[in-house]
Amino acid sequence: MNSAHYQILHDTHYKYDTPVSLAQQLAHLWPRRSPWQRCLEQQLVISPAPTTRRDELDVFGNPLTRLAFERPHDQLQVNARLRIEVLERPALDFQQSVPWDLARSTLTYSASKMSPDLLDACRYRFESPYVHLKQSFVEFSASCFPTGRPLLLCAQALMEKIFDEFTFDGEATQVATPLVEVLESRRGVCQDFAHLMLACLRSRGLAARYVSGYLLTQPPPGQPRLIGADASHAWVSVFCPMLGWVDFDPTNNIQPALEHISLAWGRDFSDVSPLRGVILGGGNHDPEVRVTVMPIAG
Amino acid sequence: MPDLLDRYPLSAGTYHEMLDASGAVRPHWQRFYEHLQRSTPSQLIQRQALLARQIQENGVTYNVYADPKGADRPWELDLLPHLIPVDEWQQVAAGIAQRARLLNAVLADLYGPQTLIAEGLLPAELVFGHNNFLWPCQGVTPPEGTFLHVYAVDLARTPDGRWWVTADRTQAPSGAGYALENRLIVSRAFPELYRDLEVQHLSGFFRSLQETLARQAPSNNDVPLVVLLTPGRFNESYFEHLYLAGQLGYPLVEGSDLTVRDATVYLKTLSGLRRVHAIMRRLDDDFCDPLELRTDSALGVPGLLEAVRQGRVLVANALGSGVLESPGLLGFLPKINEHLFGEELILPSIATWWCGEPPVLAQALEKMPELVIKPAFPSQSFAPVFGRDLNDEQRHALAARMQARPYAYVAQELAQLSHAPVWQGAQMQLQPRAIGMRVYAVAAADGYRVLPGGLTRVAADADADVVSMQRGGASKDTWILGERTLGSEQWKGRHSLGVHDLIRRDPYLPSRVVENLFWFGRYCERCDDSARLLRIMLARYVDGDDPLALQAAVELGERLNLVPREDEEKPSELDDRLLAALLGDEWPFSLRSNLQRLQWAASQVRGKLSRENWQALVELQHEATHLDTETPNFGELLDFLNRLVMSLAALSGFALDDMTRDEGWRFLMIGRRIERLQFLSTSLAAFLRSDAVSDQDALDWLLELGNSSITYRSRYLALPQLIPVLDLLLLDEQNPHAVLFQLKLVTRSVKRLNDDFGVPQDSSLAMLTQRLAAFDLGCLENGLFGESSVKAALHGLGDLLQSIGDTSGQASDRLALRHFAHVDDVSQRTVSV
Repeated sequence: MNSAHYQILHDTHYKYDTPVSLAQQLAHLWPRRSPWQRCLEQQLVISPAPTTRRDELDVFGNPLTRLAFERPHDQLQVNARLRIEVLERPALDFQQSVPWDLARSTLTYSASKMSPDLLDACRYRFESPYVHLKQSFVEFSASCFPTGRPLLLCAQALMEKIFDEFTFDGEATQVATPLVEVLESRRGVCQDFAHLMLACLRSRGLAARYVSGYLLTQPPPGQPRLIGADASHAWVSVFCPMLGWVDFDPTNNIQPALEHISLAWGRDFSDVSPLRGVILGGGNHDPEVRVTVMPIAG
Repeated sequence: MPDLLDRYPLSAGTYHEMLDASGAVRPHWQRFYEHLQRSTPSQLIQRQALLARQIQENGVTYNVYADPKGADRPWELDLLPHLIPVDEWQQVAAGIAQRARLLNAVLADLYGPQTLIAEGLLPAELVFGHNNFLWPCQGVTPPEGTFLHVYAVDLARTPDGRWWVTADRTQAPSGAGYALENRLIVSRAFPELYRDLEVQHLSGFFRSLQETLARQAPSNNDVPLVVLLTPGRFNESYFEHLYLAGQLGYPLVEGSDLTVRDATVYLKTLSGLRRVHAIMRRLDDDFCDPLELRTDSALGVPGLLEAVRQGRVLVANALGSGVLESPGLLGFLPKINEHLFGEELILPSIATWWCGEPPVLAQALEKMPELVIKPAFPSQSFAPVFGRDLNDEQRHALAARMQARPYAYVAQELAQLSHAPVWQGAQMQLQPRAIGMRVYAVAAADGYRVLPGGLTRVAADADADVVSMQRGGASKDTWILGERTLGSEQWKGRHSLGVHDLIRRDPYLPSRVVENLFWFGRYCERCDDSARLLRIMLARYVDGDDPLALQAAVELGERLNLVPREDEEKPSELDDRLLAALLGDEWPFSLRSNLQRLQWAASQVRGKLSRENWQALVELQHEATHLDTETPNFGELLDFLNRLVMSLAALSGFALDDMTRDEGWRFLMIGRRIERLQFLSTSLAAFLRSDAVSDQDALDWLLELGNSSITYRSRYLALPQLIPVLDLLLLDEQNPHAVLFQLKLVTRSVKRLNDDFGVPQDSSLAMLTQRLAAFDLGCLENGLFGESSVKAALHGLGDLLQSIGDTSGQASDRLALRHFAHVDDVSQRTVSV
C-alpha cells in the first residue's frame, strides 16, 4: 500500500502591545488518529510555560490541549512539531453511492431507531456558528443536485463548481466574513470555500463536516522548499450512507489523498480552530503563523 | 356600588374564571365578589392608586429592548388577583412537578447517552439543530443530576376548564420575582380577604431554591457564596434581578465581576478575589463562556464551563438547558414520559405539529389557516405567524419557506384563553380580559416543588387573545385559596441571624460597583461645578451690564475645558458657545454629556442607591433630555441651572444621610472630594494668573463659584476684595469650599484608605497641605516692594494651586490603578489559523 511521510512545523507567535495578565487558550494542534493516518511523533513547545495544561479529547473526538497562563506575559509562542504517516485510502466508485435525496431521507427523523453512525452523522447536518443555512445556498447548488443523482457525484460536481466560479484571494475575507458575502463576491480562502460547501450540503439536509489540516505544496520549479511558506488548510467531508465519510477539497478541486494531512474535524472552523482563546489586556495582537510541510523518507 | 356585572360582557365559548356558564359567580369567587360589591367605586380607585404608588416607589419596572429611550417602563399590575381553589390547584401542581422531572430527565439524556434520539423518541433535528444545544457541555453531569433548578411553564385554560401547557421555560425562567413583588403589593390592598381566604404563601419556594443551591454548591460544608449573574441593566427584567438578588441575599454580579483561575470562579472585590461556589444565572447559557461557547459574547465569564466540568462551581440552571425551549418538543413528551417513567402526563399540551416529518408537514400546510406557525429554534429570525392573517400569496410564500427546511418550523393550534375580570378605574367597572399563567417549580431534595401561585398575565386589549409582557400586557397576583400547608409561613428572606452572624460591612461588594460609586461621586461634583460656572456666565450674558466680568468667566471656562474654545477658522457667537457648553451633543465636556455620565455611573450602582436617590436622578436626566435645543431661551436655561444645582445638592444630601458608610460610600466621598479639590484649585490658579484679579465684579462671581458669597457678605459687609476673598476660598478651614479644607480632607481620606488596605503612603498631598497652610496672604499687601512683588506672589500662589490640582488628579489615578485596575482590563478573543 502506498504511503507518505511528513514532518510538519506549525508555529504561532503572539506579540502583545501591552502585557496580558490572564490568558486561556484552546489548541487543536495534535492530529487525531484515523485508519489512513498515523502520528509517529508529536511535540508542543510552549513559551512562557503555562500555569496549567490539560490534554484531552473534545466532544468530537479530537485531541484538545487546554492552556492557562496566569502570570503577566507580553508574548506567547506555541510551536507544534509533528511526524506523520499518511496511508492510501480505498478507491470508491461514486456511481455506486446512494442518490442524494435518498441519503437525505435516511438522515431525516422517522420515529425509528438510529444506528450509531447515523446518529453521529446528524451532528453535522445543521447550522453552526460559521455555517448559517439560507435558501441562496440551495439555489447556488441546484445544478449539482438533480433528483436521483448519486450523492458523491453531486458532491464532486459541487466541489468543481466552487473551484471554477470562485477566486482564491487571501485579502478578500477574514475569519468572520459571513458566507453570504463570500457567495456574493466569489472570492475567499480555503476556510470560506469549505464553509460554503458545507452550507450547500446542509441546506439540502445532508451531513457534512469541516476538516482542518495541512496540504503538501510544491515549491516553484528549481527553487528550494522555504520554511514557513505553507499554511494550514481546510476541506470538507461528506457523509454517505453505507460508505461513510468521503473527503473533498473545493479549494483545489481534488479528493484528499496522500498530500492532505488532517488534524481535527468538527461542525465548522469554530470547533477546531488551531489556537483560540481569551486574554485579559494585550492591546493589539495579530499573530504570526508559520507552517512548513516537509516530505521525509519513511 | 351598582351591580358590578351590569355592563359586563360575557363571550360565549370562553371559560370565565369568575363566572360559570350561566353567568353566576363561581363559589371560590363568592367572598371576593361580595367584598367588591360592598365597596364604593372611590374605595377601589383609592386602592388602585395605592397599588400604583407602591409600584412607583419600589421602582418596579420592565424594560423593553426595542425602546431604549423609554426604558424602565413601570410594571402594570391589576388590582384583582387571579383566584384558584386549592383542590383544582393540586392537580395542576402535580402536573407541573411531573413535567419538571421529565424535562430534567430529558436533559440528562441529551447531555449524556442520547438514547432518546437513538431510540427514535426524539428527533435529532430538534436537538442538534437547536442553537442552545451546547456540544461542549456534552458529558458534564451536574450535582445530584439536577439540570433544571428552576422551571417555569406557561399555561392557558380552554373552554372546557382544563389547563393546557403552551410553552416550557428551562433556560433562566423570569417572572418569579415579579410574582413575589405582586404578592407583597396586592395582599396589602386586600389585607382582610388575604387573611380570611387563607391564601397560600410563596415563601417556601424561595427557601427551597436557597437550600438546593446551598446543598449542591461545592463548598466543602463551608457557607457557600452564591451570586446572581445578570446580563446587565439593559435586560428587560433587570429590576427582577436586582429584586431577587436582594430577597435571596445573593450579590448581583455581571460577567466582568467574575474571573476564573485554575478552573475556579472568583468574585473581584475591593479586598481581593473571593471564591464563588454557585451561580444563579439570568444570562442565556450560550453567552456564559466566550472561551468555549458563543465566542462573540461580551457578557460571559471565560473559562466558566471548565470550572463547571471540574465540579468547582454550580451553575443553575445547568449550561445547555435552553435546548428544551422549543415548541417542537411538546408533541414528543407524552411518549417519552411513558418510556422513562411509565406514566401518562397529567397536564396536556396544546396541539402542536413539528413539521420535520413529511406527513406532518403536509397536514400542517393544509390546515394552515387555523394554525400559528412558529420557529422551532430561538435563533431563527422568524416571528410567529397566524395562518388566518395571510392571503393566498403570503401563504404560498410561507409554505415554500417551510418546505425548504421543514424541521425548523412548528404549527400550533391557537390557544383559547380564559377570561378574568380586571378593574378599570377610569370607567369604574370590571371588564373581562384574556389571561395566561406562568407557574414555577424548584428542585428540592425530595423532588420538584411548585410555587403555590404564579404570574398571571393579562392581554393588553379587550379583544386581544395573546398575552405578552413585551407587547404591553399587565399582570395579576395569583391566589391559591384555602388550606395553608404547614411550613408556609411568610417569607422572611433568610434563616434567623444571631449576634455571631452580624456583619458591619458588605464583604462581597464587587469592585466594579465601588469603581462606579467613585465615578458617581466625581460626576456629581463635576456637574455641580460645571452648572455653577455656566450659571455665572449665563446670568451675566443675559444681564449684559458686566462685559469684563463675563469675559473673565468665559476665559476661565475655556481654560477648564468647560466651554469650547473659539474656532479661528469659523468664528462663532458667544451664545452659541455657551449653548454648546451646556447642551452640546458634540462637545464631549458639555454639562449634558456629564449628566449622562453621571446617569451611567448611577445605573451601574443602582442596587446601592436608595429609591429616593434614584428617583431624583431619573428626574434630573429627564429634564436635561427634554430641554429645547432648537430655539433656546436663556431665561429658561438659567432656571434649569438653578434647579439643577438644587437637585445636585439634594443628591449630596442623600449620600450623607441615606447611605451606609461602607467602603463603597468611602470611595464615593473620596471621588467627590478629589473632584472638588481639583476644580477649586485649578480655577483659582487660572484666576490668579488672569487680569481679572483686580476686578471687583470678577471677584464677585469667584465667590459665587466657590459657593461662599453669603459667608463673605455676612463677615465683611463690604464689596469683595482680593485678600479677604482669597482667605475665604483658600485658607479658611471652616469653609467646605476652601482649597485647604478640601485638601486636608482628601489627604486624610487617602491616608486612611491606604492604611486599611496596607498600601504604602504617598506624601505629596501632605507636603502641599503644609505649603498652602504656610502661605502668608500678607505678601499680597501693597507694601514695600510694590506692584511687581504682588504680581510675583500671585503667580507663585497660582503655581502652588496648579500643582495641588495636578497632584489630586494623580492621586485619583493611583487610587483607580490600585483598587480598580483589574476592572479596566478588557477581555478579548484571539484566534489564529
